[in-house]
Amino acid sequence: MYRYSEFDEAFVRNRVAQFRAQVARRIDGSLTEDEFKPLRLMNGLYLQLHAYMLRVAIPYGTLNGAQMRQLAMIADRWDKGYGHFTTRQNIQFNWPALRDVPDMLDALADVGMHAIQTSGNTIRNVTADHFAGAAEDEVMDPRPVAELIRQWSTDHPEFQFLPRKFKVAVTGSPMDRAVTAAHDIGLRLVAKETGVGVKVLVGGGLGRTPMIGKVLKSFVPLPDLLPYLEAVVAVYNLLGRRDNKYKARIKITVHETGIEEIRRLVEEEFAARKPLFKGADQRMLAEITAQFAAPAFNAEGSGDYETWRQADAVFRAFTDTNVARHRHPDYAILTVSLKAHGATPGDATSDQMRVLAELAERYAHDELRISHEQNVILPHLPKRHLKAVHEALSAAGLAVANVGLASDIIACPGMDYCALATARSIPVAQELATRFEAMRIEHEIGPLKIKISGCINACGHHHVGHIGILGLDRAGVESYQITLGGDGGPDAVIGERTGPGFAYDQIVPAIERILLAYLDLREGPGETFLDAYRRVGLGPFKSALYEDGEARADAA
Amino acid sequence: MPRPFSPKVLTANALLEGDVVYMTADGAWTRHHAEAELIEDEATAELRLLDAEARGHEVVGAYLADATPGPHGPEPVHFREAFRTRGPSNYHHGKQERA
Repeated sequence: MYRYSEFDEAFVRNRVAQFRAQVARRIDGSLTEDEFKPLRLMNGLYLQLHAYMLRVAIPYGTLNGAQMRQLAMIADRWDKGYGHFTTRQNIQFNWPALRDVPDMLDALADVGMHAIQTSGNTIRNVTADHFAGAAEDEVMDPRPVAELIRQWSTDHPEFQFLPRKFKVAVTGSPMDRAVTAAHDIGLRLVAKETGVGVKVLVGGGLGRTPMIGKVLKSFVPLPDLLPYLEAVVAVYNLLGRRDNKYKARIKITVHETGIEEIRRLVEEEFAARKPLFKGADQRMLAEITAQFAAPAFNAEGSGDYETWRQADAVFRAFTDTNVARHRHPDYAILTVSLKAHGATPGDATSDQMRVLAELAERYAHDELRISHEQNVILPHLPKRHLKAVHEALSAAGLAVANVGLASDIIACPGMDYCALATARSIPVAQELATRFEAMRIEHEIGPLKIKISGCINACGHHHVGHIGILGLDRAGVESYQITLGGDGGPDAVIGERTGPGFAYDQIVPAIERILLAYLDLREGPGETFLDAYRRVGLGPFKSALYEDGEARADAA
Repeated sequence: MPRPFSPKVLTANALLEGDVVYMTADGAWTRHHAEAELIEDEATAELRLLDAEARGHEVVGAYLADATPGPHGPEPVHFREAFRTRGPSNYHHGKQERA
């Protein structure tokens, strides 16, 4: 894992000291809110519906046990004993008092973390595949590239006032678990005989105008990556619209300018910038890469893992859903679900955080990941420890066997916390999961991604959910639109709207009708919801939603 | 014809804690919606807003929200404002915790 250099450490400490003085000046009246707001946003501090909210970056979703323990300490000392993991690999504390925030930031700096550029019109926290470094299918660990981009983009003087926020995601796997096609820039590492390079996608994004990223260049050699990225962001910085917030993201710039013209401008800019990069970036990348060297995998076999699987049905179900293949045969990638049925998606209590830290330190090479799907991952867990880990997780309420199933729902904070939200999303997720559990159908349904956003900004990624739910305010009442067939994978697709929305108390029955319709029409348990949808289209689901809805309700 | 003025309360978030506050008839801040002044005319509403904006050392993001008279004082009209009087629905945090 990356350890802060002296430079990183000094930079983050200085920033905390500056912010401490800014907060003091805000409180004593020397700064107005208009003056203070951009300063607090630069440091991840929002004012939400009921309180301030501090958004802390977890770069590329990677953290160690000590960092997780510190997040738990911060939650206990300055918040309400929990944290919310987000769809951008951040953690949010929902209840800090303004006065305490500098101390919270200092506590983060103690473990090499910060909240810099988690807001504002800058390059945001760089996200990556949460299985990075562990996945069997990857070309290269994407995190050294992500860390290089973090360092390059942090306080980059040219890119502190972009037309709008700017999100970058990196994947080293063709499976694309980082939703790269829905980012301003998506980077996919690819191998050629000449070496590793990057396929660069540009102009993806969800929100009001959802778009799938377009390939800007199919292969940028790694040594050219930073000057190339700088060229892309520089072109956007000049062309991006500043007259209309809703048209300011690069997806609109690409759409209005055309990908060919953007490509031409980027090439021109790249040619001018490339000579300015004299190799320091490549030396840094080499140093960073060394720090991300894989741990020495030595599991001494898989122990009695298989025996336990045969003997214990609960353990078997847990490993069936929550374990993914590791690149080493005696290891597992374990996803710990933060989606207990009826709980808030992505929330972990401080006690749970400490349990996760302890398990990582004791059994799993001291590494944890946060996924954009709001779960926690032990990326390097020897199979022979899975049974012990499962027992510890069970005791902490963390052994839910639902990863990738219907109740593994992504939900943004929605109107329970967010000042921008137009409807609630958390209780919808809670009620859906509770309902699936009561019906005992999620294992029968199989792989399914439900994603919920509480406003058009789409933090809950609803456009790329197999089933997407968007909460809106329709004439002073919460109303939920459904989209179907979205996909956030390598061939990303935006979902299609089914039709009119559903009231708050109708959305759970509506989703239930979709799932029953799917079970009815699928060709067999092997045909997933998404496959079935692609085969039959919207029609049968629309009928289930809007035509025979009442008849079904009467019959029930 | 101008639309009739719908009654309002003046609301904001407290600078230090960030929680929701309302302005009372005597210009103080209260944490309780029912204790807010129900403003019945547009001229007063504008004055209250100007007053609140001048008190940026106490509150942030002041605005006028629709409200309606109730048996114990003003009540929110929109669901967003109703949530602001209580706190989130997933935990017993925020105002409901202290009620």
